[in-house]
Amino acid sequence: MKKFFAMLLVLVLALSCCAAFAEETEKEVKSEGVMTYEEYVAADVDSEVVIEAYVQAKQSWWDDKATVYTQDHDGAYFCYNMTCSEEDYAKLLPGTKIKVTGYKSEWAGEVEIIDATFEIEEGEPYVAEALDVTALLGTDELIAHQNEFVSFKGLTIEAYDENGAAFAYKNEAEKTDDLYFKASYNGTTYDFCVEYYLCGSDTDVYKAVEALNVGDVVDLEGFLYWYEGANPHVTALTVAK
Amino acid sequence: MKRALSIAALLLALVLTLTGCHGTRSLSAFTLPDAFDETKQYEVVFWAKNDTNKTQTAIYQGAIEDFEKLYPNIAVTMRLYTNYSDIYNDVITNLATGTTPDVCVTYPDHIATYLTGENTVVPLDTFWDDARYGLGGSEVRFDAPAKDEIIPEYLEEGKIGDHVYALPFMRSTEACYINKTYVEALGYEVPDVLTWDFIWAVSEAAAQKNEDGTFKLNGQKVMIPFIYKSTDNMMIQYLKQCGAPYSTDAGEVELFSDETRAFLYEIASHARTGAFSTFQISSYPANFLNAGQCVFAVDSTAGSTWMGPDAPLSDISADKIVDFEVTVRPVPQVNPDDMKMISQGPSICLFNKADTGRTLAAWLFAQYLLSDDVQISYAETEGYVPVTSRAQGSAGYQAYLSAGGADNQLHYSVKIQATRLLLDHTADTFVTPVFNGSASVRSAAGQLIEGVVKAERRKQTVDDQSIDKLYADTAALYHLDQIGAESGDARDKGGDLGPLPGTAKALLTGLLLIWLAMGAYLLAGAISRKCNAKSMKSD
Repeated sequence: MKKFFAMLLVLVLALSCCAAFAEETEKEVKSEGVMTYEEYVAADVDSEVVIEAYVQAKQSWWDDKATVYTQDHDGAYFCYNMTCSEEDYAKLLPGTKIKVTGYKSEWAGEVEIIDATFEIEEGEPYVAEALDVTALLGTDELIAHQNEFVSFKGLTIEAYDENGAAFAYKNEAEKTDDLYFKASYNGTTYDFCVEYYLCGSDTDVYKAVEALNVGDVVDLEGFLYWYEGANPHVTALTVAK
Repeated sequence: MKRALSIAALLLALVLTLTGCHGTRSLSAFTLPDAFDETKQYEVVFWAKNDTNKTQTAIYQGAIEDFEKLYPNIAVTMRLYTNYSDIYNDVITNLATGTTPDVCVTYPDHIATYLTGENTVVPLDTFWDDARYGLGGSEVRFDAPAKDEIIPEYLEEGKIGDHVYALPFMRSTEACYINKTYVEALGYEVPDVLTWDFIWAVSEAAAQKNEDGTFKLNGQKVMIPFIYKSTDNMMIQYLKQCGAPYSTDAGEVELFSDETRAFLYEIASHARTGAFSTFQISSYPANFLNAGQCVFAVDSTAGSTWMGPDAPLSDISADKIVDFEVTVRPVPQVNPDDMKMISQGPSICLFNKADTGRTLAAWLFAQYLLSDDVQISYAETEGYVPVTSRAQGSAGYQAYLSAGGADNQLHYSVKIQATRLLLDHTADTFVTPVFNGSASVRSAAGQLIEGVVKAERRKQTVDDQSIDKLYADTAALYHLDQIGAESGDARDKGGDLGPLPGTAKALLTGLLLIWLAMGAYLLAGAISRKCNAKSMKSD
């Protein structure tokens, strides 16, 4: 019997080690001098950071500055106004691996990398699947997924203002700016944004929001941006049938 | 996208880099027609800014409808923008093609750049005294203000070089919105006039922490005792208060002085302790103030509707707002007996058109924007003040001011306090010299502050060497070394706009080469045909 328990113990230990190893191998191996996502999270605001990540989407480029949503297998990084030539900006396709050196910063709750430079690296492209964070809405855990590509399912569109509109234009007259809307889940209402530079008025998501009605039940995808609380930059919206 | 810079800035950069305003179609100087042709239909294109404020949009729309009833042969087409930079960029883009609006709400700094094209902007003082169509003229069909009814300080602000190119539309200044509850909890009393010494002392006291890292004053993990929205204005006002140089009227940049350096050291020392930060680095002052995470928040009086726990507008959720007593004071001063504060706010300019009747129609609409109803209703949407003494003194406006605190919407007490602040201190306001490039000098002034604050937060050294480098980097970033050659003086010298940019020279050289190649091709063809003809003849 003792032998049986000893064998069982060895087997359990071996399986645990295998599981731990498998988990470890799933963590990305970073280049020399590059932080892991955990190290980035632990770094102080205003300290210099060096990260490796994969471009998920591009927001804007002007005057040799690019704003880009990036993510690795462990978490996401929002790179704001990174030094970038127009030529290099064209190379920042979804999945492209880049190494970013800049300063960790926090603006209205949004943790980002500013005053950064970057270089494109060789590597297998990686485009993240949207992580369903619906159940995390309203919880303290949601912020752990800040800037990640996420989805929300089964949310109900609420009136944006006292007039009962389902959404609001930042520039109602010209329709050349962001869209805002509110959606609720389990009785609490949250703010969402269609960031014009990310998804302009010719995109499906912009048009889908313009067609919203209060009470619509929707599924959303987008980047978990933060502005004084969660303020996802929505990139896709589907109205449930 | 609150901080995001417009894609249109790219267009601006390209247009400015390639051509500046050299490509502007030349127009004759505007002369007032003998009479307004009422048989002709005119379209007046009006560009303005509203920043999602639906009430302001409604006021503009109402003004247009009322104006069109008075002048059935004028149709005003409005285009709204969410910020003045986009208006500026679009005007610059359209100058080259002669497709500017007729009337535009903008800043004098921007107008100075528009003026680099010949006769692009109409000098208003060449006809505003006209007895028929001038300000309050006999042929104007509404009760327009006379010139002497416009506040003289504001009227003077539209003068660029030898002429007045801008009418004031609304005016504001900056104010310091104070958490009075916190100031008193720290053992201080809020004085009538804040000094820099006072504000730094209280801010340092407010930056003290408990052993657990929370702040003693609010028990929270976040506290920015003093936060400034526009660091451009912070630097400009401080230098003015000190009598220190900034720039000359002719466009010489004097910003990089010892006085500036001393102020940067002062700011750096308070950024180091966490007593000071800026909008660019942290976020909107109102959000920190209302969350009980700030003692002194400096922002425009036009932003007063966001300030305080009972503010009608807020970007933070209700559960984050803390209760406190808010009070409003002028921006901190060097000398309380010699107060200086910036005058700011939108102005109106007219773009010249080949059809002088159309420009006259635009001028009539511009005057309408100064009429009492428009002035008062627009001013009441934010902490603006009307620009005419007539509107300011009207019974309706005085009743509005008297009702301050009656509710937390139209008569929100903080908004009325901020408005009164400017009304009471109009004589203490100033503006900086306006010339082509003055907007860049203004941006550079703020950039210096942002630079030292960032450096301190990043635990980098701030010393003479680093400030020298900051001066050089900032001057290069804003091309301040090129401003002298491009200043607005050129328009007074018969349109000599200085040397063309290198890219424009390359473009012109390319065009010349193409023309030469075409000429050579035609010449070769002609010679060939002649030879063939001779050959056929000889055959």
